[in-house]
Amino acid sequence: MPILHLNGTVSAVFSLLTITALILSFVMLASHWIKNHILAFAIQSWVIAVLSAFIGIAGHFPELIAIAILTALLRGTVLPYLLIKILDQAHLGREFAPLIQSSTSMVLGALLVLLAYGMALHLAPSGSVPDPTIWMALTTLFAITLIGFLMLVLRTEALSHLLGLLVIENGIFLGSQILMPGMPLLLELVILFDLLIIVVTFGILVRYLKTEVGSTDSRALRRLVG
Amino acid sequence: MLWILVGLLFAITALSSIGCWLIPSGRVAEALNLTAAAVDCVLVGVLLARTPSHGVETFHHYLLLNPLGLWVMLCTALVYLLASIHAIGYMRGMREESARLNRFYALFSAFALTLFLAPIQNNPGLFWITIELTTITSAFLVAFQRAPETIEAAWKYVIIASAGLSLALLGTVLFYWAGTFAIGPTYNMTWSRFAAFAPGANPVLILFAFLLVLIGFGTKVGLAPMHTWLPDAHSEAPAPVSALLSGALLNCAMLGVVRYLEVLRRSPVYSYAQTTLIALGALSLLIAALFITRQRLIKRLAAYSSLEHMGIMAIGFGFGAPFGVIGALYQMLNHALTKSAVFFGAGNALHAYHSKRITKIRRVLDYFPVSGALWLAAALAITGAPPFGLFWGEVTLLRGGMAGPNAWAVAWTGILLIVVFIGFLKHFRFMYFGPMPAQIPDTTLHWTQVAPLALSVGAVLVLGLWWPHPVWIYLSAIARHFEPN
Repeated sequence: MPILHLNGTVSAVFSLLTITALILSFVMLASHWIKNHILAFAIQSWVIAVLSAFIGIAGHFPELIAIAILTALLRGTVLPYLLIKILDQAHLGREFAPLIQSSTSMVLGALLVLLAYGMALHLAPSGSVPDPTIWMALTTLFAITLIGFLMLVLRTEALSHLLGLLVIENGIFLGSQILMPGMPLLLELVILFDLLIIVVTFGILVRYLKTEVGSTDSRALRRLVG
Repeated sequence: MLWILVGLLFAITALSSIGCWLIPSGRVAEALNLTAAAVDCVLVGVLLARTPSHGVETFHHYLLLNPLGLWVMLCTALVYLLASIHAIGYMRGMREESARLNRFYALFSAFALTLFLAPIQNNPGLFWITIELTTITSAFLVAFQRAPETIEAAWKYVIIASAGLSLALLGTVLFYWAGTFAIGPTYNMTWSRFAAFAPGANPVLILFAFLLVLIGFGTKVGLAPMHTWLPDAHSEAPAPVSALLSGALLNCAMLGVVRYLEVLRRSPVYSYAQTTLIALGALSLLIAALFITRQRLIKRLAAYSSLEHMGIMAIGFGFGAPFGVIGALYQMLNHALTKSAVFFGAGNALHAYHSKRITKIRRVLDYFPVSGALWLAAALAITGAPPFGLFWGEVTLLRGGMAGPNAWAVAWTGILLIVVFIGFLKHFRFMYFGPMPAQIPDTTLHWTQVAPLALSVGAVLVLGLWWPHPVWIYLSAIARHFEPN
């Protein structure tokens, strides 16, 4: 249901933020330096936090402002900090042998955005006047999610897989903030907490990978087949 | 009263986990974990008998006790108890891990705790989170023996399961969104609320959300083609953990799919949802049959058999009420018991022959007359041969499919079950009646490594010879929730 009836300026700021979040996932797709990925992820999280606060104020959902603060703190600060710690412990710099070139992955990403737009067209409620907010939200939601999956597929470095998962979550979070700002507060809190546990788990597993397998490249994981 | 019992269940399991973590003694941890498992089993039994058939909600609609969830909890409790018994002898046999034994039991109880949490969730979002938590606790159990293979298995498991589950989250969110058109921006997210608005919601959106949820939880169930983590994790984990993964975790994830199926039963897309579930089940069955026939490692053989049974259950739930659902639920219980026995036997063979390779395990019956015979019976039972319980589960659910629009799946399942029967037992023929092994196996077995085998094989034999009438009544009451109208 169309929750926000936006006037010109508000709508422009809103579009700007969503598109910024989308472009930041392209930054992650193009760079092979893992530190850049983490940085882009942190900025994306802050953009989403601003967007949440913005919707909270424009749509009168006071609990969204709390969510925005938590998002900025947890997704935008704590998670990137933990990721950088994992990165330093494991002595990872960049991916040395990417599966495909940056330019190719950018083109694939662009195609996925088109696909996301197509999906949004089919899923947006028909009948009444099409609401550009919903289209925009659905397109970014699907596009960021699909790009996250693309990162999972194309990257071979363990930490990039984790970042791929986090980008998927960011996409879902962004979409849900716009489409259903009234979603129960508890659920969002638990999801944020859950993310923290996941990152800690991955941190431990990355350490195991480094000590037991000797590499954090997923191409080294070829023992179990058949 | 009921909720006090539920609280007790969680308190005891949590205390066992914390106690095991804090007290650095393997023996104390064994006792704590086993006590918790035994008490949990009794509590779930009492809950099963006492809970009214329409189910009860509490705590601002966040928790739900209903027959379907309790049935899954029953499977979990039984497997947890059996695996806790088996773990005593099995984990003592792993001498190199003896210093960390208390950690193992702490994680084991924590894993059981998350498995008990999932079926009572009334909020689909919180259900999703409990399933995500099961991934975390079980990943550390899979990685418990720090070898390159186990870490690889744990890594693949976490990555694939989390990626899959993120789709389930997307599906859940879209379901909620579909509800906002009918109810308004803020409402209590519960299964019954979802079921209430589903018939009138945008069918494209609802079906899309269901497919996302199906792929998401299906990844955790191990439905093909998202099954790739399953054989790795099941084969690299210690045997009691494999039993809990296969006999309890997969059911909990399946519960997610089934609850959403129940949500859709009055919606116009119900038959599409059923057909998709059947197609995924049929594909899982095919993949499992092919890999079982060509398998070389004993625990992977058992893991692919889990894939097969989850496929059959998916087909059963897809066939729908009444016989498909009743058969699938009976299958769930019998599979949990039988597969535990198969994994216990595989774990014992692993200890005795010091190898996972089927070619290294020879003349089991000569060296292990009792536990060998029980393992063979479990193998026969898992292929669905009479007189064991799985046979009735399969016959009932196939009967349910014959009249429906997906009758092709009945023939498909029948043919592939024969392939699995031949392929699975071929390996056992070599292991039992092949040439003498090059090395004499280590025949020391702790009694706790044999007792759970006897218990579970005995139970599936009884369930095969006699399907208790109260159980039939209980399962038909659940199946009524899956009728389209």
